[in-house]
Amino acid sequence: MTVDSRRILVTGLSTYWGGRLAQALEAFPEVEAVVGVDNEEPQVELERTEYVKVGAQHALLRRVVEAAEIDTVVDTRLVVDSATTSSSKAHENNVIGTMNILAACSGADSPVRKFVFKSSTHFYGCEQDDPAFFDETMGRPHPPRTPIERDIVEAEASVNEFAEKHPDAAVTILRFANVLGPQVRTSHIGLFSLPAVPMILGFDPRYQFVHEDDVVHALEHAVKHALPGVFNVAGDGVLALSEVAGLLGKPYAPIIPPWGTGLAAAALRRVGIRIPPEALAQLRFGRGVDNRRLKATGFHYQHTSREAVLKLGEHLRLHPVVRGAQEPYRYEREVEEFLRWSPHVRNSREKSPRVPQVNGGEPERLAAAEERALEAERIAGRAVERAKAAEEAAAEAERRAIEAARDRASPAGSPVDHYDDLAAEDVIALLGSLERSDLQTLRDYERRNANRSRVLTAIESALTRGETPV
Amino acid sequence: MPESTRTPLSPRDRAPAAGTLVPSERLREHLPGVEPERRLNDWGRSERIEGAFDASVVEFFYRYWFRVEVEGIENLPGTGGAMLVSNHSGALPPDAPMIAKAIREEHSHPRPLNITVEHFFKGYPGFSMLIPKIGCVAAHPANVHRLLYDEEQLVLVFPEGRKGTEKLYKDRYRLRRFGRGGFVEAAMRARAPIVPVCVVGAEESAPVFAQLGLFKRITGLLYFPITPTFPHFGLIGMLGYLPAKFKIRFLEPLHFDEEGLHEDKALVQTVAHDVRARIQENLWDMVARRKSVWFG
Repeated sequence: MTVDSRRILVTGLSTYWGGRLAQALEAFPEVEAVVGVDNEEPQVELERTEYVKVGAQHALLRRVVEAAEIDTVVDTRLVVDSATTSSSKAHENNVIGTMNILAACSGADSPVRKFVFKSSTHFYGCEQDDPAFFDETMGRPHPPRTPIERDIVEAEASVNEFAEKHPDAAVTILRFANVLGPQVRTSHIGLFSLPAVPMILGFDPRYQFVHEDDVVHALEHAVKHALPGVFNVAGDGVLALSEVAGLLGKPYAPIIPPWGTGLAAAALRRVGIRIPPEALAQLRFGRGVDNRRLKATGFHYQHTSREAVLKLGEHLRLHPVVRGAQEPYRYEREVEEFLRWSPHVRNSREKSPRVPQVNGGEPERLAAAEERALEAERIAGRAVERAKAAEEAAAEAERRAIEAARDRASPAGSPVDHYDDLAAEDVIALLGSLERSDLQTLRDYERRNANRSRVLTAIESALTRGETPV
Repeated sequence: MPESTRTPLSPRDRAPAAGTLVPSERLREHLPGVEPERRLNDWGRSERIEGAFDASVVEFFYRYWFRVEVEGIENLPGTGGAMLVSNHSGALPPDAPMIAKAIREEHSHPRPLNITVEHFFKGYPGFSMLIPKIGCVAAHPANVHRLLYDEEQLVLVFPEGRKGTEKLYKDRYRLRRFGRGGFVEAAMRARAPIVPVCVVGAEESAPVFAQLGLFKRITGLLYFPITPTFPHFGLIGMLGYLPAKFKIRFLEPLHFDEEGLHEDKALVQTVAHDVRARIQENLWDMVARRKSVWFG
């Protein structure tokens, strides 16, 4: 995998996306420098990313870009949920901030060759006469109705203007659908965390989701490849809201009246349920997008919409149990600077090596991998027990161990490359070509991970077929 | 890389430039797969609800009430996308579910039918929830294109639209204007055949004697008709059909295999007129042969 971007600037480092992306980019040895800017401190632990504090308007960014000879800018800082901040602050960030960042990247002598912009499918809005699937070539059927949608449309317009003026730079706009995941907080996740999923009486809108990991991977994908243009990013499958409630194992509550919806939302806000106007429009009309264009560039989603909802459901059930077990990371400037720059730091932590995937036909390595997987399972089992005993410090250490072990074990446990990306049909089609030992490994792997009953029965039958002599 | 994906950003930009709706052949491979655990498909269609509806209400009307007779079902292709174009009538039109049922019952290779409906239904509480579950899709050109070209399904359109169902009993079997020919354009763009369909009986089963403009405004409905059973029997009166004999005739398909036909506006209009004329002729032929409204 090659990355032609060497010196990358990530805006919005303190946001969840900025932090996750910087962590991901650090792992590529080809990337010389990762610089993160924001007006707040990063929320995640970073190894070699340099954090530069800038004002909310990013006015001095040009000097950073020129001094560090940045060739790729990833703009992750767009506010797409009006519940997170006031509309004037969001406007400042979304419109003025984008303008200044683009100004910092423009000019004939600018070193910037690639610009990746994180946007949202709120760009399309939600209206009665929408198509069932928006594709990237469609504009909005109506002018934006909510402040946040207006901001997004304006910000994208200035990015497009930049693209027109700089035809040699690859400008990518990624429009993300509603994000779900255990780490990220959005108003929709807030609604899904309630004991019942609120709905508008008489409406069952269509929803499409993208898992938080897929968001980071999509940003990474856009950095790795030159993808000029606009792309929708949303998991496969469009779910009805009643289906979402079913997957979360919650009842749905049609408590919002179809007429006077705004008043009802104001009343709900009094009791602490906050539904921003753009979410209200979605609760009525829903939205689906066409995600094929990004897939055609070679991107694979790890989660469908349905799987993203199931993952969120797992997290929501687990959350009250493990809450507070892990101390949040706190950025301390002096410590970070010491670790990065002091001549006295000797064994700077090694970058976690990426374990290469094992191919079929290497039984020894497979067996070893299998053992490692089992070991990881054992550790995991023990860890869960201890966590239950509420030994907080121990629990944290163990969880790290599990994560590390899982990271090592799970890609190695699969005898087929990119196994997780394959659909059930594809897996079944592959079975004929596999050795007996591989089949067994595959069966165990499948049980641990996706656990699709169709695949499991197919593997079983393949195994029994192997036993009877021909 | 797809350069052409750059979006026209003006928020008022309604219609995308000609041809941009056509995705490359390549995109068809990237359609999302089917998740067998799901009960709904991506359009919001529920096989369970549709099946229950089909086995009860539709079954009763198809077999015992309207005693539907079908001819020319072999004109409907068994595979690939195809657009069915039909005349439209009745306050709560019974023609669409009867055509869908006819395909399920009579065709050698039965397939689900996607019925295009007005955007109105998506905005009206209750309808919005139910309509997609039983196989209705908003009549948006992009929806029709995706169904015909990418998913290769059957799509039923009523080019008369609201003008057809609004018309009064005295205007029965007189086709209204066929829109602006958008349906022909959609079929040509998707290179899917058009199968004209004639339905006789629907006009008599739900005669509309008058339209009340004032009540239409008060209720926010598409129209407010006076039928033998509506409004005095309430909403359920909408289902109070008279037992007219139904006859459905599928006509020979029109094929559009050449690419780029839809850009020729004159051709689009000609074909639209041709389809309309064929349906009208056959309707009059079927009415002329009919001896009784109730017994066929």
